[in-house]
Amino acid sequence: MNRLVVGAHYGLKDWLAQRITGVIMAVYTLLMFAAVLGGAAASREAWQAFMGNGFIRFISFLFIVSLCYHAWVGVRDIWMDYMNSAAVRVTLHVLTLLALVGYAGWAVQIIWRL
Amino acid sequence: MPAMTKQRPKHLALHQIRLPLAGYASILHRVSGAGLFLMLPLLIWLLQLSLGSTQESAAMFSAITGNLLVKLILLGLLWAFLHHFCMGIRILLIDIHIGVEKEQAHASAVAVMVVSLALTLIFGLKLLGAY
Repeated sequence: MNRLVVGAHYGLKDWLAQRITGVIMAVYTLLMFAAVLGGAAASREAWQAFMGNGFIRFISFLFIVSLCYHAWVGVRDIWMDYMNSAAVRVTLHVLTLLALVGYAGWAVQIIWRL
Repeated sequence: MPAMTKQRPKHLALHQIRLPLAGYASILHRVSGAGLFLMLPLLIWLLQLSLGSTQESAAMFSAITGNLLVKLILLGLLWAFLHHFCMGIRILLIDIHIGVEKEQAHASAVAVMVVSLALTLIFGLKLLGAY
């Protein structure tokens, strides 16, 4: 079989990272849903006390990191699929990365100062 | 070399392509992901306001989430999240070879659409203050 070899790897790492981060976010979602059903967001005070809990802060941090990595892989795939100009693509990749790193810092700061 | 050289680039008549439902569900996975990404600043801002200790952040949170346009955006994001979530589970199951056959794959695509829309309705009514 003739295969055109274009790079050292074929995205297996990203594929796997997308699955792992997805599972982390899915589990977090279910935990948060259960917590909200249990009254964690019944009032502003209850919500803030809940989010300030050490364990919740820990898993929220994991969620934020997972979200940003997951979004990076997904959005980068979109640019790779539709942007044919290398210059435009690289620019969008950089802007996406900068935005996501900034969002991560912003979100972590919100949960961590509680 | 084959006698007939292929014409490149190939231009697809997108409006003539008929996809199976799983194809649309898959495209919507991408659309919903892109929408969630674009609206991340709004969501983080709302998280910040919901966790802010001052009276101003509490008032701001109520004012913003009370706005009809914001409610509609949040409703759209709610669907996007639920579709992305359900479709993600479908993708993970197919990864471990569950539901790969044509009929099962179609059935799971239907399930993703129905479940995500039904949950959007249930949570959406709560969001809009219906109960």
